[in-house]
Amino acid sequence: MHIAILGNGVAGITAARFIRKLSDHRITVISAETEHFFSRTALMYVYMGHMRYEDIKPYDDGFWRKNRIDLLRAFAERIDFGAKAIYTREGHTIRYDKLLLATGSVSSRFGWPGQELEGVRGLYSYQDLEYMERNSQGLQRAAIVGGGLIGIEMAEMFHSRHIPVTFLVREDNYWDMVLPPEESAMIGRHIREQGIDLRLSTELKEIVDDGAGRACAVITSRGERIGCGFVGLTAGVQPNIGFLKHTELETDRGILVDEYLRTNIPDVFAAGDCVELRQPRPGRRAIEAVWYAGRMMGETAAYNLCGRPAAYDPGIWFNSAKFFDIEYQVYGHVPARLPGGFATLYWEHPGGRKSIRLVYDKAQGHVLGFNLMGVRYRQEVCEKWIREQAHIEEVLQHLGLANFDPEFFRQYEAEVVELYNRQSGSGLQLRQRRGLKAAVRFLKNAVQPKAYNL
Amino acid sequence: MKISNISFSLANPHPRALDGVQKLGLGLAALAMLILLLAFLHVSLPSQGVFLAASLALFLAGALVFSWRTYLSRPAGIRNDGIWFSTLTNGGLWGWMFGIFLTGFYILLYFFPAVLGLGAGGAANSGLVALFDPFSLLLKGQPASQWFVYGALYTLAILAMGGRFLFKYRHNRYQVLRTLSVMFFQAGFAFFIPELMEGLNSDLATRWFDKDVKNMWPLDYDFFDKWHVDNMLNGGFIGLFMFAFGLLMIFVVSPYLTYRYGKRWYCSWVCGCGGLAETAGDPFRQLSGKSLSAWRIERWVIHLVLLLSVLMTIAVVYSYLGVNPEKYYLTRRSFTWIAAGLLAGLGLLTALLQRKFGGLRRNMVYIMAGLGVLIAAVVLINHYSGEKHILFIPASGLKSFYGFYIGAIFSGVVGVGFYPLLGSRVWCRFGCPMAAILGIQQRLFSRFRITTNGGQCISCGNCSTYCEMGIDVRWYAQRGQDIVRASCVGCGICSAVCPRGVLRLENSSADVQERTEAVRAIHIAENRLPEIRAEV
Repeated sequence: MHIAILGNGVAGITAARFIRKLSDHRITVISAETEHFFSRTALMYVYMGHMRYEDIKPYDDGFWRKNRIDLLRAFAERIDFGAKAIYTREGHTIRYDKLLLATGSVSSRFGWPGQELEGVRGLYSYQDLEYMERNSQGLQRAAIVGGGLIGIEMAEMFHSRHIPVTFLVREDNYWDMVLPPEESAMIGRHIREQGIDLRLSTELKEIVDDGAGRACAVITSRGERIGCGFVGLTAGVQPNIGFLKHTELETDRGILVDEYLRTNIPDVFAAGDCVELRQPRPGRRAIEAVWYAGRMMGETAAYNLCGRPAAYDPGIWFNSAKFFDIEYQVYGHVPARLPGGFATLYWEHPGGRKSIRLVYDKAQGHVLGFNLMGVRYRQEVCEKWIREQAHIEEVLQHLGLANFDPEFFRQYEAEVVELYNRQSGSGLQLRQRRGLKAAVRFLKNAVQPKAYNL
Repeated sequence: MKISNISFSLANPHPRALDGVQKLGLGLAALAMLILLLAFLHVSLPSQGVFLAASLALFLAGALVFSWRTYLSRPAGIRNDGIWFSTLTNGGLWGWMFGIFLTGFYILLYFFPAVLGLGAGGAANSGLVALFDPFSLLLKGQPASQWFVYGALYTLAILAMGGRFLFKYRHNRYQVLRTLSVMFFQAGFAFFIPELMEGLNSDLATRWFDKDVKNMWPLDYDFFDKWHVDNMLNGGFIGLFMFAFGLLMIFVVSPYLTYRYGKRWYCSWVCGCGGLAETAGDPFRQLSGKSLSAWRIERWVIHLVLLLSVLMTIAVVYSYLGVNPEKYYLTRRSFTWIAAGLLAGLGLLTALLQRKFGGLRRNMVYIMAGLGVLIAAVVLINHYSGEKHILFIPASGLKSFYGFYIGAIFSGVVGVGFYPLLGSRVWCRFGCPMAAILGIQQRLFSRFRITTNGGQCISCGNCSTYCEMGIDVRWYAQRGQDIVRASCVGCGICSAVCPRGVLRLENSSADVQERTEAVRAIHIAENRLPEIRAEV
């Protein structure tokens, strides 16, 4: 059987790797972007000079031949689902028995005047990075539109090259539709501490043409004109399905799939950013364009492509990022605005660059989520508490089990417990400090010791 | 790929002019180098003591001012911007020039000390060595040797660049403590204490033996040489102490600490070679090769060096022992039995522990083969007793071969001279027999490992890129697999540069059996698919 995979990002490549683990099927991965798989989340480090392009390739170039995964660098223009054939711009015809669509995302554009000018670009692909590189020579200022994860990455990138940045954020605080107010404010402070010109509650109205088809300034919703030679459009991404519209494939915002990642067409599956789940799990979104979801879907798709039905189960939500120098980890349910019935315990270090937040059910005391800034917590431990609906007081007394900061780092769990005692009038004691031994013992009591359900 | 090409441009494509303070720092360091250069060129300096003190102080101050300004003018965090754009740190033009400079210095140091100004046959020193005479006279009341010059500059490099490292990683207590530790051990144990000891007791200077208590066999490969053992045994209390402590380190302290904490207790906290690599070598750590073939070469070369060093030591000891116990308690015959017995015991112990911990067959084959070769060699030496030959090579020949190619060329000229080309741990990774022993122990029975945090890895590659030992850390991290590698020196940089908090250095005997279980970060565990299990 021949399985074709369209897209060599983390979803497509994870699928290819697991298909190879599970079967001897012929595998062809088609991508126009690059010859080899690279870590998309690491593109920024190439621009910043932390790594070279070859360093962000997770597998060495011999890996693909060794594992009999054929790579084809070509741009798929059209798919004939009836004839089971992909036609590329370069003139290839690839016939498949089963197909996995893992086409990723494109940067969203919201019809801003001037968005088609030269010097205006998002950051998603390798080509976007090359474009930024070409446009960085002699650049006096960059404006970035959209306060999400890619926007702050782009700000950090330009900043590393000593290019001044103006960062336009529509919301009242950085990423405040995801981060709770305290964390959002912390990151806002940190952005300014780095020397970034952060403009909150400010939208892009127009990008100004310099007369030669190049961007030379942006005009904000406050009527201000900011001169800049590059405009980064980072107000989100959307599924890359333009060439699949108006085919038999059912799409909405993304490619619609069921829980087995099957599309409406037999033998055609989809995974990763391009997917829109028909029935997302409770509390989850239909499109989750994050690295981890792509990897989990890729693995799930591999099972389904190999005829071993497995429902997509993303498990307990987790994510991570790094905002300049502040690392961020989230496990479970941490809403930006606390709904009724939820309670939260928020501890912040006096230095204002570290915080620990626990979210729990007010009535039952079940712990629901963890939000960490500048402190590292163990995913497996946090997940176990959430999955087993551990009581907040039980969790607090053993909070050290979750700490994953390096040796000799100060441990703040006792302060978190003390804060809880102050707020609730309890007299809890921290009974467990950081340590692998205790953490392993705790995890070994899991129902399924080997399945960490990531 | 066009993007990587920019790294070959001569200058940073976006230079930020150095500010006044940074220029001041560079200027001070340049002045210090100028004094050393003038001395090297035999320009007579009026007051050598003042000039030497000025040179050392200016270098230290310049390096600290420059790095203080560079790192403390920004919030604390990972500061690797532009490392692959600078030709000094990306293996480009300036890197080559610096590498040639360092290599040249080592060649002069090892083979042409007269060029550095060492007085031959009791003659007075001149040039660079003479510049250091006042310092040496102050510490131990005798003129400097080229090794004194080297020791002083080596210590200076560790202190100055250690200061830079402390500024760079000031937010990371593991890095801060580790760096203070290598600075302390170099300045105290490797430099000042031995020099002062010789100053306080002139007998110790004439009857020389290594007074750096942390410098252990087999890194200190002539520890068991006749002259060295004799000097220690006749060196009064201090000599006897050094001999006893040396043996204690080799057979008790080192195995125990490696069991508890991994080889890092030595390689990145105490060792002088490691100390230089971690401080002066830090700007070059990313240049270590990460390919599978580099790893393959590493395993062959380092273990062959280990084999050679053990063999050489046995042969050397054997060659000076007598037939009757006149001078040494050991005779050749008893030494043969002890050496063979120790090696066999080691094999047995390894096999037993491996059985208990469920080890790897292939490793065992290599280890047993290595031990077998050694035991055979010991028996052969005994067989040729009476002659000073092992396998027709004189013990002294083997010794000088090792001393020249491994001790001088490999650890010095290549090990440090090639920092800007092959990274900072070339010697530690490919050549150090001490690292090889500690590595075998770390791989087979130590509580040390690097653990990974669930499925949070984004495969970015910072960990692998900045691993000075060339370990492809990401390969393990993205599978959620704990990392137990013989070569890991536990510097902790992978954990520091990880942007998602995935890696942590830990010691624990918990779950030691399954710690390297492959592919833990999988999403679908086979036992969660009951309907499929029925099918298989």
